[in-house]
Amino acid sequence: MSEDTPIAVTGLNHWFGTGEARKQAIFDVNLHVKRGSLTILMGPSGSGKTTVLTLMGCLRDVQDGSINLMGHELNGADHALNESLRRRLGFIFQAHNLHGSLTALQNVLMGLQVHGLPDRQAQHDAARYALSLVGLADRMGYLPANLSGGQKQRVAVARALVGNPDVIFADEPTAALDSESGMTVVKMLKKLGQKRGTTTVMVTHDDRILELADRIVTLEDGRIAHDTAPYHD
Amino acid sequence: MSRLLQWLFGRLPIGWLQLTHSRPRFAAALAGVAFANVLVFVQLGIMNSMATATLKPYEFFQTDIMISASDANSMSEGSNVARQWLFQALADQDVIGGTGLFIAIVDWARETDNLALTTYGIDPTLPQFLSPSMARKTSTLQLPNAGILDMFSRGLPREEAAAIRPQTPTSLEVLGTKLTLYDTFQGGGGFGVDGYMMLSDQTFLTLFPKRSSAAPNHILLQVARGADPDVVAARLRELISDKTLRIRSFAQAAAEDQSYQQTERPTGIIFGFGVIIGMLVGIVIVYQVLSTDVADHLSEYATFKAMGYPQSFFLGIVFEEALILAILGFVPGFFVASGLLVGMKAATGLPLAMTANMAAMVFIGTLVACSASGAIATRRLATADPADLF
Repeated sequence: MSEDTPIAVTGLNHWFGTGEARKQAIFDVNLHVKRGSLTILMGPSGSGKTTVLTLMGCLRDVQDGSINLMGHELNGADHALNESLRRRLGFIFQAHNLHGSLTALQNVLMGLQVHGLPDRQAQHDAARYALSLVGLADRMGYLPANLSGGQKQRVAVARALVGNPDVIFADEPTAALDSESGMTVVKMLKKLGQKRGTTTVMVTHDDRILELADRIVTLEDGRIAHDTAPYHD
Repeated sequence: MSRLLQWLFGRLPIGWLQLTHSRPRFAAALAGVAFANVLVFVQLGIMNSMATATLKPYEFFQTDIMISASDANSMSEGSNVARQWLFQALADQDVIGGTGLFIAIVDWARETDNLALTTYGIDPTLPQFLSPSMARKTSTLQLPNAGILDMFSRGLPREEAAAIRPQTPTSLEVLGTKLTLYDTFQGGGGFGVDGYMMLSDQTFLTLFPKRSSAAPNHILLQVARGADPDVVAARLRELISDKTLRIRSFAQAAAEDQSYQQTERPTGIIFGFGVIIGMLVGIVIVYQVLSTDVADHLSEYATFKAMGYPQSFFLGIVFEEALILAILGFVPGFFVASGLLVGMKAATGLPLAMTANMAAMVFIGTLVACSASGAIATRRLATADPADLF
């Protein structure tokens, strides 16, 4: 697998449920994502885009087909490999999922401590820098309960970015943001791709940000219905 | 505190931050742990006081071996023993002396209340069988109908006890006989009796005319310097014809008495259960706190799982919380229980006290119980699935 293709999905099928309730959700999905690109997954609810995202993000086991993530095959990957790969990823959730007992700074620090870095001061400096990047330099000591929805999402973005991930998976990251904040976040992700080579795969329904995407993949009924840069064998 | 824990753990003290995030809930959790600690402390305090009270009379005597009847589970229980076995025992080369010990409960009817006194009859010409402090006072026991009284007898005013001196004795009438108390010694009330009284064997037999000088409750023996009482006792079991007798070293008799009181008498069993119930209450409280806390933070934990934090990290958080609850809950529990024991001692006269041993035991028990609760609560972590976050 080329270093320029950190994510390579080939012949991916996935089912949910067991026995008679077993239902196929993903059908023969093929998708190669270029390094540093911003790829948007679109599609109606239940089309399978989130399932594909969680499979690529090592959050579900691959049942059939292949996903090669940063040179590692995920089909048959053990728990330890999935865990170590996840440390190289950044996740941005629709519901931000900040820890309510931790301040903005501490939440961002959690994105660094997973790497077990010994230099505490360096960690704090990096976390402060990440928060200042998302415009929250003056909110570092705030608990999530005292932040607005947009500010929480920006903390979540800072938490995802602070560890310098190779790939960022984002699920509706702009849903809770106003138009300007949403554009700021996506532009930031785009800029990261250009400067650091960070690859971003984003699920969104937000048409406002489509113009920033390098590629738009539309899923319908578990199949890729449209791809602006389709993969060919 | 947060910085100290961060320095200790080398990571953000998430457990501490979670617990202290809601102060009322944290206070309630600590109160729960403290309550369980108080329960255990009080039960242990009572059990310890029972042990202290059980062993107290053993401190009055200085002897190596005790010969008792087969049904003598404690010093104050059991049938009499024929004095003839004393003479058989004296045939052993290492037995250098012996005496009979008579025991009965005497009721002292006072104006305000009745005192039940465990009363010992001993040979006052053999003070070597008594503890040094007691031996110094036996000369007065050689007087007819003389006695010395436990100054800490429950219901006996301290000033009244302090006034009892050889120069200012006091008298009491027991079973139709007037006794004169010339002095006092340090005893203390127990669970069955209010205190102790020491008489000569002759005075004892005057009080209890149906008792015979040939049949004391126990026979006390002293062995030669350097001889092992257990070895001599084993030899005496072979030597003495009555094989039903309990011939034990005095230390072994005391230990067996204590064990009997704690494991076979209803009071001991009840207080033992009390300790277990206190522990269970603590485990349930801490489990409830921790499992609720885990359930409340499942989405955050799932997020951390998605970020690549290993299972050990989450276990660390739960155990961190368990240890914080154990340590911070123990402190108020210790002080409240200490105060309660002091109050109970004043009210009952029982030898109730907080001991370092008890505190250490309960602290370790609290750590273990909280860790056990934490271990059970961690099962809920398995339900934190990062895939559900999307």
